[in-house]
This record gives sequence, structure tokens and C-alpha cells, in this order.
Amino acid sequence: MEISRRDLLRLSAAGGAGTALGGLIASGVDLAPAVAQAQQLRIKDAKVTPSVCPFCSVGCATLVHTVDGQIVNIEGDPRSPHNEGSLCPKGAATFQLHINPNRPVKVLHRAPGAHDWEEWDLDRAMDRVAELVKKTRDDTFVERLANGKLVNATTAIFSLGGATLDIEWNHIQQKLMRGLGIVAIENQARI
Amino acid sequence: MYPRSMRDSDCIVVMGSNMAENHPVAFRWPMAAKVEHGAKIIHVDPRFTRTSAVADIYAPVRAGSDIAFLGGVINYVINHQRWQTDPFFKTWVGTYTNAATIIGDEYKDAEDNDGVFSGLMQHKAGVPEWPYNGFSSQYQNDSWQYARTRIGDQGRVASTAQSGETPAAKSGPEAEGGGGRTGPPFDALVHSLVKPRPQRDDTLQNPRCVFQIVKHHFSRYTPEMVERTTGCPRDTFLKVADTILANSGADRTTSFAYAVAWTQHTNGPQIIGCCALLQLLLGNFGRPGGGIMALRGHASIQGSTDVPTLYHSIHGYMAHPTALKKHETLADYLIAETVPTGYWGNMPKFMVSYLKSMYGDAATVENQFGYDWHPKILGDHSHMPMFVAMNEGKVKGMLCIGQNPATSLNAKLERAALQKLEWLVVKDNWLHETANFWKTSPEVQNGEVSAADIKTEVFFFPAAQVAETEGTFTNTQRMLQTHYKAADAPGDCRTDVWFTYQLGKRLKKLYADSQAPRDQGFKNTTFDYEHEDAKERAIGEPSAIKLLKEMNGYQTADPARHLAGFGELKDDGSTTCASWIYSGVFPAPNRNLAASKEPDPPGQPGAHLKWGFAWPANRRLMYNRASADPSGKPWSERKKWIWWDGSKWTGYDVPDFALTKAPDAQAKPDGIALDALSGTDAFIMKGDGVAWLYVPTGLVDGPLPTQYEAAESPVRNPLYKQQSSPVFKYWQKDGNALAGVGDAQFPYVITTYRLTEHYLSGAMSRWLPTLAELMPELFIEISPELAQEKGIDNLDWVRVATPRGQIRAKALVTRRLRPLQIDGRTLHQVGMPWHWGYEGVVRGDVVNELTALVGDPNVSIHEGKAFVCNIEKA
Amino acid sequence: MAEPMGFYTDTTVCIGCKACEVACKEWNQLPAANGGANTMSGDSYDNTRRLDGIHWRHVKFVEQFSETRQDGRWLLMSDVCKHCVQAGCLEVCPTGAIIRTEFDTVVIQSNTCNGCRDCIAACPFGVIDINPVSGTAQKCTLCYDRLQNGLEPACSKACPTDSIQFGTISELRARAQKRVEQLHQAGESRAYLYGADEKMLGGLNSFYLLVDRPEVYGLPPDPKLPSRHLQSGSVLTVLGALMVGLAGVFSFRSRTSEEVRP
Repeated sequence: MEISRRDLLRLSAAGGAGTALGGLIASGVDLAPAVAQAQQLRIKDAKVTPSVCPFCSVGCATLVHTVDGQIVNIEGDPRSPHNEGSLCPKGAATFQLHINPNRPVKVLHRAPGAHDWEEWDLDRAMDRVAELVKKTRDDTFVERLANGKLVNATTAIFSLGGATLDIEWNHIQQKLMRGLGIVAIENQARI
Repeated sequence: MYPRSMRDSDCIVVMGSNMAENHPVAFRWPMAAKVEHGAKIIHVDPRFTRTSAVADIYAPVRAGSDIAFLGGVINYVINHQRWQTDPFFKTWVGTYTNAATIIGDEYKDAEDNDGVFSGLMQHKAGVPEWPYNGFSSQYQNDSWQYARTRIGDQGRVASTAQSGETPAAKSGPEAEGGGGRTGPPFDALVHSLVKPRPQRDDTLQNPRCVFQIVKHHFSRYTPEMVERTTGCPRDTFLKVADTILANSGADRTTSFAYAVAWTQHTNGPQIIGCCALLQLLLGNFGRPGGGIMALRGHASIQGSTDVPTLYHSIHGYMAHPTALKKHETLADYLIAETVPTGYWGNMPKFMVSYLKSMYGDAATVENQFGYDWHPKILGDHSHMPMFVAMNEGKVKGMLCIGQNPATSLNAKLERAALQKLEWLVVKDNWLHETANFWKTSPEVQNGEVSAADIKTEVFFFPAAQVAETEGTFTNTQRMLQTHYKAADAPGDCRTDVWFTYQLGKRLKKLYADSQAPRDQGFKNTTFDYEHEDAKERAIGEPSAIKLLKEMNGYQTADPARHLAGFGELKDDGSTTCASWIYSGVFPAPNRNLAASKEPDPPGQPGAHLKWGFAWPANRRLMYNRASADPSGKPWSERKKWIWWDGSKWTGYDVPDFALTKAPDAQAKPDGIALDALSGTDAFIMKGDGVAWLYVPTGLVDGPLPTQYEAAESPVRNPLYKQQSSPVFKYWQKDGNALAGVGDAQFPYVITTYRLTEHYLSGAMSRWLPTLAELMPELFIEISPELAQEKGIDNLDWVRVATPRGQIRAKALVTRRLRPLQIDGRTLHQVGMPWHWGYEGVVRGDVVNELTALVGDPNVSIHEGKAFVCNIEKA
Repeated sequence: MAEPMGFYTDTTVCIGCKACEVACKEWNQLPAANGGANTMSGDSYDNTRRLDGIHWRHVKFVEQFSETRQDGRWLLMSDVCKHCVQAGCLEVCPTGAIIRTEFDTVVIQSNTCNGCRDCIAACPFGVIDINPVSGTAQKCTLCYDRLQNGLEPACSKACPTDSIQFGTISELRARAQKRVEQLHQAGESRAYLYGADEKMLGGLNSFYLLVDRPEVYGLPPDPKLPSRHLQSGSVLTVLGALMVGLAGVFSFRSRTSEEVRP
């Protein structure tokens, strides 16, 4: 799937302003108090990546500006028939979901009965979760009910997911769960 | 319909929604309709909100009285001279709905039966292994059926109806023996399910026809009764009803918009059904600017329903195999769940292709495509019963990804349940209330519970955010849209698919050597999504494209050949497709239509078919055959959308009809699937090809919407002896008590809601400084009249109490709330946004401490929009 | 076209969503007060309270309900710098930090502002205040950097209902006049334009469609220049020359135009 992420600003204006001003000044026009100051646009050299707002269900298209791999700005995509460039206050704040001093970036583990978190290595935590899922599944798996019905299921593991996650996640999650026989799969979509 | 189509509306009714506040950008289109062609906006709501502020008519109502209001409009319409004489209504309703269908003699309407329908009985338990279904009573729906025939709508419309509360022998088409009922091919099986066609009376005069039953059912929903029940002044109600009718017809369309203020009730689907009934009577479906806008709440909530991380269904709205019905074999399942006529007649193809996506080469004809490996549900495993079971120690582990249940329904009970878990995985953007439930919850803070006694092992995995992830959202228009990765996520932050893929890969290893029969299903579950890009592969990120491809489907023998659409699906295993409804989104390896971004040029009436992909088949307005008259001509130039050009259906959208089936085509008497429908059967997903005013099957709480009070109400039901839905779900537990009718300790109606500035429990907004600043504190909206009565000033702290809990909030005293006159007495309503919790940049009490585990019997959604409380100055 | 540019705000379609406030802050990288840990004002849904050095947009909420609720309105309005043609702030600025730009907008240059606060006192609309981060006087720049680069200001671009519209003043005035007529025909006789002609400070380059008296929205009915003001007829002449010089250089893209193409 190829998408060429062209620079947002294929416009003549940025370069043109200085030239036009130069011409004016040369012609002796007194600019005070009307002054044109060439402004540096902070997304001038940014790469633009099309995205979608992650809040409500309207599906507003956004443009993500990155400089050197860092997100510097997110705003509405004017092409979209859903939002035509506009956004609500939450959509307009999407940048802060990413760049935010409050954002935790470490895996944490809390042992049974502990009073605090402990930082864990990502792999160690994943291994431990896999081990727990297997143990609980093996301990609680039911092949047949008392009435003899084949069910191949466990109800002792609960998968609860949000509704702002990708359909790819929904697919892989429900597939892994149903593959394992975990039937208690729920989503924010219910409530 | 979809938001942009509301630009074509002549009247927009926002009810059960606060559209301007919660879907501000969607509200762009009603505002455009208003400014561009003077469309009328009506807001019906307990509170005067930012939506009301720009509405032409604001109609105040009591929370929980929506069906009384809508039923009143139905009664007004049916008895209005224009509706009775304008040929548009007669033709549209007569042709495209089941108005003419005759109902069996055994049916008794709520109107003639003290407010309940025929067939009410004691709840029969499900299986002893799962006693958490929450029912006390149930309906046996045999008497609701069409005369002489039983139309099917198995398992899809009312999800928990199937979870065993109807005895197995009675559910679905009656079991029949005989040959030909296996497959593949499954055509003979489907044929064997075809029932006689329903009887009709096209004059609509037969007292047993749907139209006469509907008319009788709503005959007491007069403007006076509406005023008594809802508190909406009679004149305001009449203005609303008149505006809706005046803006419906061949040349005009009215749309409705609703959101969770219609779903979060003990009879939510019935409220929505009531609106559908009204819109069908007005011919406002499948037409530009007409329809019901279901404003879903979240970026991909539609996606989570289509691709169900919901217990009751598997991909594409197929019923999840269950222990509570005759689902023993694949053939049994197909017999029970296939509606033989209409498009669902193709279900064997959808199901077999789904099983192929689960088990790959291991799914063969001989082993019923691995059907036995697929788990079966035991009952209602939805949010509320799961927390009840967890509370009883029956749930050991939980994966909580992008959810915050510590602030959810009857929050203290949910947190008490979390304490019983052996392990909990939280994957989210912040250390929110659920991640820290053992550390900072009110009961830990106040010493009621000690962290040392909470034996839950808890994990927190920080999440990558949208611009750090490549993937697809399905929006409220059923539109799939791709978002790309713009930057790497920091630190240990990983995508959600990464987590599940890495967990699955580890489990695959752990089970690799198992020979146990119970593990063979998992061992045969295909799970290879290695990323194409080496850098992504190195960090273990799975390929979003491979996941999308599996949903779209491909030829089993040649996976490079993607399916162009669900029309290519086969029931013999030669096609692999997880999600039949998504088939067509990715028709070739280099064509992902979810990523298409080509808007129509300005000034065209187009549907922007090259922007994203809307399932099914990229249709934008569903049922759009109904935008043409029975002969295939547009009803009017102004409302033109899809029409018959003499050889095929054409227009501004993808026709929702067999492309070359002429308007005068007859149904094949012995046909299955679409062959069984005629050229005027516009509602192709229905077995009888028409939209249902009256719902003979698929809803567990009645074939027609009926005004019931909420589970908690300060007033007696003014319309019926029956107070509330006789079949709502309730889980009796300590800490989950309900107030009795008119309980003087809890005299006020309370409703809960969201604000523009925040999102849900706050887990995507209270940590964002710029949003936190805009709405920093929890408040309760109170009318000056009630505030004066209780000695409360603006900004005073107020204690709010229900039988479940007590919280504190600041008073926002405002005339936007008003006392209502209900049945001759003054009733106060208060309202609270529920975005706060004990973590975050801005904090406040959890409003869900007040709510109860009580909900709708069809879908197990809780009742958060109407309950009772008391308030005192704190 | 290089003509005076500005905002027309139709308050009758404002839904008070505050997207403008947030989009402004995001683009201009303005902090939230106290990291977001604010307190409720108790004044309807307004918790940022006024325009200041870190709030260059501010949405006002005016509740007007009779005791019986027979009549009721919730007036919503997004406030911003008016970019006056006769700008008191610019006139009083001792360091020349406040400039009139090629778009006829008024911009404070932080690098030459000395924080003397004269402009704060001179503004009849209470728009300007000190930004505690920079220590200088700040206010809306009408996204000068975006304008120079052919982009619409962040707030009007974000506005979901087009309550805030951006464009050339002449085009906006014509559009606004039509909307007033439409509202009058629909029975909303109270609709009028505030600051859309030369009578008010030579014209406000951010003007409003209102449905009640200015005071109801917290706007002065008759804003005046500070006494130090010197009317300079030459300003407009110079501007005119400047605009001609720039004609054709700036092209503003309409909302539906494409900024990127896959």
C-alpha cells in the first residue's frame, strides 16, 4: 500500500512574500506602521501523514505533521467529506495524546498485595502474562457441560476492550480469544 | 444514514442525543441544512443543551419518557388528514413495510392485556454452569408471529435473546428431520427452511393486519397523554409533530439523530424501534436526508460491533454458537440461524468462509470446517454479568485494553470485583482508575480495603497512540478509513495489535507440544501476521494489512487473489473470509479502498464513493431502493438518489438492490436468498423483503414499543398497569438495590451525560491539559427552583445519593433545567456529566457510583440515562 | 487577493464547542493555566473566563431564560482580537512592537515587546494580556505565520459549524449582510452586524453577527480609541500600496481544497 506523503506546503506564498516585500522596500514605500514580517512556519518542512481522529465516531480526517520523526502538529484534513478540515476541541487536542508530560512510557507490574508499582522489562511482562493466560485457561477449560453439550470454552478469562481501537485489533483479539476458547469477550460498544 | 446526508434533510430531530456537544463535527451538516435551505432543527431532551441553543424548537421531556413522546407523534401522524390522503405515504408504507401483513390470532397486544404482550412467562434458567443471565421473566414469542408462517431473524437483532432464555426446542425454525440438510453445498438445507409467504391485506383494513394493530396500540398516545407522561407542554409537542409531518413526503425528508440516551435504558432497542416505526410511516428511509442517524460514540465502535469483540456474535452479525440452542453441528447451527429468504439466505457461505479464516487448512468438509473447535457461549457474558461473576470469584483473569471499568456501572461493585481477580492486564495511555484501583480507589484511600489484602497481580502496558499506529477505524457511517503511522511510539509504548500478536505467539509456543484434544482448536487457529517491513518486524509489530486481508477474504487456493466482494463467497471452503460484510474493502493486493481519499468535486450531489469504504459494498445510504417509487422512478427531483434506468439501477450511490432486477420482477416461488424477493422488496436483509413496523421475532421484549417506566422512577406508569418492562435484566446483589416506585427518599430524576470538552471516563481527556482546563470539575446541573428548595447556591458542594452510593459535586444552578409537571405534580430532574475519577490532571468523584446493574433484555445495555436520586447541600 | 483579511463570526450557528480555543492553543503552543488544573467558574460552561496572554480565543456563554422558561436562549460566541483598522494598541505601543501587517491585521512581535502593558490599557475590548511564559503582551495574531504561508487560521479552520469564517473583509461583509437578511426574513429581527463597517474604529477586521445588544456579549457598544491616538490618513494609503504589491502572491485555499494528495 503506497502513499506518497507530500509536503503540505506546495505553495508559492512562503517564498513569495519576501520577494514581494523586497520589491516594495526597494521602491521606497514607507512600511511603518504597516509591516510585513516574514514568518517561519513551524510545519514548513514537516512530513504530512493522513490520519483519523481517535475520539468519537464521526471519523474526521486529520493530517499529522512530523519533523525528524517527531510529531509537531495535528490538524484537520480539508479534503475529507466528513469534516472538511474542521475538528471539535477533542480532535483538535489529539496532539496532546501523543506529546504530553503526563504520558507513561514504561511497563509496570504490581505484585499481589504490593503497595506500589515496579518497572518491568517488556518481554518479562509479556512472558508472565502468557503464562497466566495459559494457566487460567488450563485450570478452567470446559470441554463438555454437565448436560453433555460440547462447548470447548472457558468463562474465567475476560477480555474487555475499548471502542477507539482499530478493527485490526478487534479481529486479532477476537480470533486469539475464540481460538483459545475464551468466550467472555466484551467491548465498550455494549455500554 | 450518515451525518453528511443530514445536509439534505428538511427537518432534523435530535432526540436521545446531544449532537452538537458530543458529535460537533457531525453537527456541521444539520447546521448547513439550516443555513443553506432553512431546515428545522428540533431538540427533544430533559436538558436545554448546546444542541437546544441552536434548535428551532426545544421540547423538554422527562428522562425515560421517549416512547410516550414518539408514540404520540405516531398517533398524530396516523390520524392526520394529510398522511391519510397523500398518495406518497400510502404507497411507500404499503409497498416497503409489513403494514399489510396479517398477524396470527393468538397475538394479544399490550393495549388489551394490562401493558404486557401475550406469551409472558417465568424465566427458565439457562445452563447451571452460567447462572448470571439476569432475567426474571421472559416472553415466549410464538403468538407474535405472522399468521400461518414464522419469519426468521435469528440471533442477530436481539443478541442475548439467544443466550438460552428461550428453551432450545422453541428457538429458530422448528427442528425437522429429512435428507439434504447437510453440506456443502448447503442450498438444499436453505431450501428446506423456506416457509409459506405471509398473508396480506393490501387495503390495510383487516383488524389483524400490522397497520391496524399499530394504530390500535398507539391510540391512547394523545397530546394530552404525552403532556401528562413526558412533561412536554401540549402545544410544544404538537408543534414538533406538525413540523415532522410537514417535512416528510415525496419532496421532503426528516431525519432523526440518536445516541446513547436512547440505548442506555431498560428498553433501549424499543425506543429506537419506535423511532424506526415513525420514520417508516413517514417514508423517511433509504432517501437523502431521511433516516435515523445512529450516532455511535467512538472512533471504531462500529468496527468493534462488526468485528465483534462482543460475546454474542461472530464476524458480520452472525450469532455466536451457543450451548443454549440446537447448535450441535455446523448443519444444526445453519438450520437454526439461517433466514432462507432475503440476503441472509447466503449465510452458509459467510459461516464456512469464516471458519476457514479461523482454522485454515485444518478446516475441512470432513470436520465441518472445524466447527467443533469453535467455542460456544454458555449464556450472557456481557459487561454486567461478567462483573457479577467476577464478584463471585468466577473470573480469574482479565485483559483490559482501552477500557476503564473502575469508573463503570455501579463502580464500587466493579472495583470490588477487580479485587477478586488473580491477574489483571491494563493496556492504556495513562495510569487511570482501573490501573490504580488497588492503590488510589476511594475504598483504599479511606481504609475500607487495604492494598495488602488485594491479591491481584496487575500489569500496566503503555499504549501507542493513533498517529503511532497503522490501522483502520470504522466510523458511524460504517465507513472504514485507514490511518497511517507517522511516528514511533516512545519507550515501551506498543500498539494494541502488537500486544495481542505477541501474546498469541507466546501462547502458540507454550501449546506447541500439546496433544490434548482440548488444545487442538487453538493449535489449528491460524496466526501468522508477520509484518512486511523489516524494521516493524524487528519490534514484533504484526501486519495490519494481513489482518485486513483476512477480513476482506481471498481465494483459499490462491491467497494473492483477494475477493472483490461478498458476492464471490462460497460455502465449500474455496473462499476464506473472516468478515463477509467487509469483503470488498481490499479487492486487490494494491487496492485498499479504506485508504482511498478522493472527495467528489464541490457542488455535486454525490456520496463521495471514492473516500473510504462503507460496508456493505461501499453503499452510503442503506435500503436506497426505497428512494425510488415502486416503478423505479425517483419520488421527486429534489429527493432523487437511486433509480431504474430501464435496464439497471443507477444513481448517486451504490444501489442496495440486485443491480438488474427490474421493478416489476416477480419473486421466484421456490427461490432462496434474493430470488425469493421481488423488484419492490427494498429491504433485502429481511426475509419478507419489507421493513418491519411490527417485529414478530428478534426482540425479546415485545413486537411493538410500549411506554414503560425506567427500572427506577418517581412516577407510576400513566399509560399501563405494568410499571416497567416485565423482562428487563437485573442482578440482585448487595450494593445493587433499586429504589421502589415513588420512593420519597429518592424523589428526583437523574440523568448522566457527556460534555464536548471531555471523553467518557476522562481516560482520553482528563490528562490533556488544554481539555482539562475547559471543564475542570465535576458538577451537577440543578434548576434554580430545586436549588432554592434545597438551600443550594451556585458552586456549593452537593451530596448526591442513590440506593447504591453517594458522591459529591459542585452545583451548577441553571434555568436550562426546569421543573416539569408530571401527572399533575411537580417533578425535578438533575443532570451530571460522568467524566471524572480519582486519577488524572483534574479529578472528581465517579458518577457511576450511583448507577445500578440493570439493563435491557435484548442487548444487556445498562440504564444510565434515567434513575432516581436525592440531593443535599454538602 | 491581497486585501484586508479577517474573521466574520456568526454567533447564531456557534455551538460553544471551544474547538477554536483548543485549535488556537495547539497551533500557537499556548499552555493551559496551571497545567490544566483549573477550577469551575460557575458561569455557565465558561471556565477560561476571558481573553488573556494564553487564551487568544474565548467562548462566551450567556444564559437568557425567563422564570417560566417561556422564552429561553443560550447565546454562544467565540471572542477574539478585533484587529481594528484604528487599533489603539498599535497607536500606544512605545517600542513599535505592534505592527499592522500586509493583511491589515494587528500583530504583537514578542521580540520587541518590553512588557510595558500600555497596549493592555489601550484596548477597548480587553483582548491583550501578558503571557506568563514569555513575559510579553500577547494576543491573537490571526495566525500570521499561517496566513503568510497560504493557510487558513487554526480557529476558523477547526470551527465545525463555520461560525467563525475567514476571508477577505469585503467578501465576509457581503456574506454576513446576506445572512442578516436571511435571518430577518426567517423572523429573527434582532440580527445585526457588529463592527462590520468603518463607523466602529474604522472597521473591525474581526466582526460579528449578534442577536442581542453588544453589552450582553460583553462587548462595548461604542468602543473608543485611547486619547493618545492620532488618526493617520496615510496608513490606509500605504496599506493600499502594499496590497497592490502583494497582489497575486498569496493564494488562500478554500476549505475543500486539497492540501495533500496521496
